[in-house]
Amino acid sequence: MKSKGWQLSSIAKSRLKKRYRKEIRLKVYGQLAIFIALGVLVILLVSVIIRGHSAFTKTEIALDLTLDSNLIQITDNNNMQIKKGKYGKIIRQALFDIFPEVQKRSDRRKLIKLLSKNSRYEVARFVAKNPQLINTTQRIWLSASSDVDMLIKGKAPRDVPQSERRLNDMQLSWIDKINEMENLRTRFNFDFITGSDSREPEMAGIGGALAGSFWTLIITLVLAFPIGVAAAIYMQEFAPKNRLTDFIEVNINNLAAVPSIVFGLLGLAIFIQLFDLPRSTAIVGGFTLMLMTLPTIIIATRAALSAVPPSIREAAYGVGASQLQVVSHHVLPMAIPGILTGTIIGMARALGETAPLLMIGMVAFIVDIPSSPADPATALPVQIFLWADSPERGFVEKMSAAIIVLLIFLVLMNALAVYLRRKFEIRW
Amino acid sequence: MALEIKTDTVSSELETPQNTNVLPSAKMEIDKLNVFYSDNQALFDVKMKISENYVTALIGPSGCGKSTFLRCLNRMNDIIEGCKVEGDILLDGNDIYTRELDVVQLRARVGMVFQKPNPFPKSIYDNVAYGPRIHGLTNSASELDGIVENSLRKAGLFDEVSDRMNAPGTSLSGGQQQRLCIARAIAISPEVILMDEPCSALDPIATAKVEELIDELKEDFTIAIVTHNMQQAARVSQFTAFFHLGKLVEFGNTETIFTKPEKKRTQDYVTGRFG
Repeated sequence: MKSKGWQLSSIAKSRLKKRYRKEIRLKVYGQLAIFIALGVLVILLVSVIIRGHSAFTKTEIALDLTLDSNLIQITDNNNMQIKKGKYGKIIRQALFDIFPEVQKRSDRRKLIKLLSKNSRYEVARFVAKNPQLINTTQRIWLSASSDVDMLIKGKAPRDVPQSERRLNDMQLSWIDKINEMENLRTRFNFDFITGSDSREPEMAGIGGALAGSFWTLIITLVLAFPIGVAAAIYMQEFAPKNRLTDFIEVNINNLAAVPSIVFGLLGLAIFIQLFDLPRSTAIVGGFTLMLMTLPTIIIATRAALSAVPPSIREAAYGVGASQLQVVSHHVLPMAIPGILTGTIIGMARALGETAPLLMIGMVAFIVDIPSSPADPATALPVQIFLWADSPERGFVEKMSAAIIVLLIFLVLMNALAVYLRRKFEIRW
Repeated sequence: MALEIKTDTVSSELETPQNTNVLPSAKMEIDKLNVFYSDNQALFDVKMKISENYVTALIGPSGCGKSTFLRCLNRMNDIIEGCKVEGDILLDGNDIYTRELDVVQLRARVGMVFQKPNPFPKSIYDNVAYGPRIHGLTNSASELDGIVENSLRKAGLFDEVSDRMNAPGTSLSGGQQQRLCIARAIAISPEVILMDEPCSALDPIATAKVEELIDELKEDFTIAIVTHNMQQAARVSQFTAFFHLGKLVEFGNTETIFTKPEKKRTQDYVTGRFG
């Protein structure tokens, strides 16, 4: 039957319509799936950013402090090492000067509570840095307490009855007066990034957790990468194919699916109890996470190696290369993009793992920033967990900010993976 | 219909090929060769010779074992899991399947060119220079340059690539890539070159160039070539071996095989009755 132009019979037409509808449905499902996934991601990011961005600023109160040399003890006159001093008294003096009408003891205590408990150390640091300013009056910016911080950031409402507030009406009036005097400001919170954890929410920082995560990941990488890649190369290229190697391969694949807390128990039993390594340190954390990351790296490396076309190997053998030369000169360079991707995926997972670290003790409250892997430390995800547990309002923003920092690092690591992949990819 | 296979193949005395006066000497001798892939036997009792400075063609229908046979000559079958080789293969009178022989040394003397061109994902220069480098054939960079240039010239590729030696080997056309692989094979100065259907992936013009090349190469090398193309075998080789179902059916001068073969099966194959 000759057709006019592209005209179809009615049966063919309806079949065509059905096919088009199917294709459109498939496209819509795909777009819907992506939309939902992206939507969830956006909700997560927006909620975390809304709650956390304020942690990157902090409220400060300026006081005119008279650095009375009678109150400051200079232990070494030449080096001007100032350690002891009644800095609290200096601060209180300045406060009472601003509010002379505050006389009652309980009221005075409430006035002092407007400043952070850490403020005396801040004055001490100032004096240590500028010893020549002793016996002068200086306007110094000091950290406000967490209650004031929350109020200024709008996290603590003013319009609720006094009993539902942390700051009573008197304190609110004092803050307003300080603000009118232009002695109140918010500044970028460097202490959040460089400082370590603290009981006071306004002073708490992730510096310690960052250092702990850094040391832990370095150890994990330095151990897991060479061992994993070497094991995969041996299994893929050199090992004979028999039941034993099949058995090993199945078990390694299974290990990749083991819940991470089991690795924590393993780390506890082997590294801490058997080898008697120091608890709560990045060394043990690194070893434990290494065990967890190894299967991921091995599997990714094997996949990358087996993706190298056999024609390249044959060509190399044909020219008289030994097995080692074939693997190191030809197969491995071509497998590097896959290996790097697998490694960084493993590292990103290790960065975010909390459960195994809880089991080996990296969950303690550490105030010092670890300067070596052998110092007690905590890690970023554990820090988030600890802050999530704390009742003070000020820790909510800190926790969300720590999540933001963690996400930034994950994005950076993945970007690094993409960059390295592109750089080392051998173009065919 | 089961075909009767006689175990004595016609290959005892090699006559002088019509176009030369030199009596062929055996570069490689194969005797009682049996090859198994796991439980399947691929080659049955093969006995033949590869003559020095001549081109020996291996022809036969698909799956008859000619590639398997070729790969035995430089022990490429060692790489294949479950492949068992029994019998004697001698290179210059020495058994190549003995334990004292380092297989790397064998492959430096017996090179191979594959069916699909497979240059390394490196530059053209590095492709050819790789073999000499790993075998330590040169002491200086200029010597290496010389070897690379020589090999490319012999392969008839130098004029086309001399201005882009650092371009990746894979940027060449199919025919050029195959000639690059040939240059790579001859750069280490092997004594024997094995070619497994080298032209089957190439167009007729590239094929003609490679055939011309094979003709020139036989002055310096011994060549064994597996081919599906009977006209190519007739053009290019002086000796031909006809394989069928894993057995060497007939072996002799190319002219004889193609004009007056002794076995009916050979006759049927070369005239195109089957295969």
